Amino acid sequence: MNWMTYIAALPEMTILALICVVLVADLFVDDEHRVVTFWMSMAALGITLWSLLATAPDARIVIFSGSYVSDPLSQVLKIAATGFVAISFLYARDYLRANDIHKGEYYVLGMIGLLGMMIMISANSMLTMYLGMETLALSQYTLVAIDRNNVTSAESAMKYFVLGAIASGALLYGISWIYGVTGSLEFDRIAAAIALDPQLNSLPLWFGLAFVIVGIGFKFGAVPFHMWLPDVYHGARTPVTLYIASAPKLAALALTLRILVDALGGLHDVWADMIMVIAVLSLLVGNIVAIAQTNIKRMLAYSTIAHVGFILLAIFCGTDEGNAAALFYTLTYVVAAAGSFGIIILLSRRGYEAENLADFKGLNARSPWFALMMMFLMLSLTGIPPFIGFFGKLNVIGVVLDGNYVGLAVLMVVASVIGAYYYLRVIWYMYFEEAEDQAVLQSSADTRLVLSLNGVAVLALGIMPGWLWVLCLQVIG
Amino acid sequence: MIGLQHYLTLAAMLFVLSIAGIIVNRRNLILILMCIELMLLAVNFNFIAFSRYLGDDTGQVFVFFILTVAAAESAIGLAILVVLFRNRRSINVQELNTMKG
Repeated sequence: MNWMTYIAALPEMTILALICVVLVADLFVDDEHRVVTFWMSMAALGITLWSLLATAPDARIVIFSGSYVSDPLSQVLKIAATGFVAISFLYARDYLRANDIHKGEYYVLGMIGLLGMMIMISANSMLTMYLGMETLALSQYTLVAIDRNNVTSAESAMKYFVLGAIASGALLYGISWIYGVTGSLEFDRIAAAIALDPQLNSLPLWFGLAFVIVGIGFKFGAVPFHMWLPDVYHGARTPVTLYIASAPKLAALALTLRILVDALGGLHDVWADMIMVIAVLSLLVGNIVAIAQTNIKRMLAYSTIAHVGFILLAIFCGTDEGNAAALFYTLTYVVAAAGSFGIIILLSRRGYEAENLADFKGLNARSPWFALMMMFLMLSLTGIPPFIGFFGKLNVIGVVLDGNYVGLAVLMVVASVIGAYYYLRVIWYMYFEEAEDQAVLQSSADTRLVLSLNGVAVLALGIMPGWLWVLCLQVIG
Repeated sequence: MIGLQHYLTLAAMLFVLSIAGIIVNRRNLILILMCIELMLLAVNFNFIAFSRYLGDDTGQVFVFFILTVAAAESAIGLAILVVLFRNRRSINVQELNTMKG
């Protein structure tokens, strides 16, 4: 094999090298000038983005003896993940500085997490997938505990660590059975082995599959494996929550698509039912429990669980359109989620965390523009046209109806209507209640600009959703 | 004669024991960390048994990676434990309940 083919892995090599540079350079930066680390990290992400665009593959390239794949799907997911990590860094900067936790570690761990996500997205064997997943998970555990004098942060880090480790253990146990039955760790060879010998499609393989689905459910945060999600969203400092809520969802989608569709696509009849149960439970539990929350980070955590239900129902269909709908939904959901946490960060200031719903009261009087942006984001999460969230839900319901699952489609509509209550409550608070807190919003011009773009993006994408849907169909097909 | 199924049964027993240990234990977080290690070792057992049975070395290579990652994982777990202890002066599992909802 020609060494030039390894160029396909250039983005991972680039970010790894740049992480090392930033890590060492950060040692020579004092707390006063920590913003230098921020700009170095942004430059590193920019260079990574350039390397991604420069190595865009036209077709599927498999390198490193079948462990690593580079295809249009991985390209789109990696570009999106890099972009969302950059956005989280930008939103986080002012908050971290104001709360005296502006450390280089946030940026370095964030980029190591990005490396893990990129490895997961490009994994073509169980081993690569596991290593990428752990790289991401270990940096996330550490990020949650980054404010080491905070009791709730430490507690949520511990919960996240224990449940995350159980999830990895379950996933690995499942992988060991799949390896034992099919005799391979590479996704295409597993698929080929199952296609070649229908007798393999029996109890031992299903046993492994069940454990793999438990692992996927944990990583995605689907009911009944969602216990960690509200506590971690609540306990972590808001910039960390923003990070966890955005880009890693793309990696979780890659994990699901690569393992369930690429490797175990032949077992669709078996896993479809399990995924459906998990998805329906997530839809119901997420939307109903979110109503009872008074903490907006917890509310958004339960809303995440509900959105995961939609993503899993799209994958449940098992068609290319279904997978494209899942990709479309994830990408558009992450745009809205990143923006919402960005607004929460904007409302927070030194020693004051705007994490209660009541903190949004009267936002319109304090800042009409950002109240409007938050309204856009909430309406997009609700799924009201012309915002992008509507088209995400429409696509998923469309593919579910194509599969003749009318009951599921009705359930999704009902769940969305229940969900509308708690999103619209935020809008009600912003426009029709008196402000309890009159402090002026403080943030830098660049944060305001990107946050505004983020808010406008959910509207702009909603007015022109066609190109994104075509792109999703192209990269999946 | 000890065959594949014996190794698999042992691994399954270790796996169930580790899960049970995590669920039953309500006192000490260090025991949970030990159970997580035990869980990964059960998986390793499975990989080695299958690798030997299939005559395929990749399973054993996977075990080396799991061992390495497990070391990194316990380092981070213990670090979080230390942070928790410094803040709470306790590593009792039942006291991890400040967040509700």
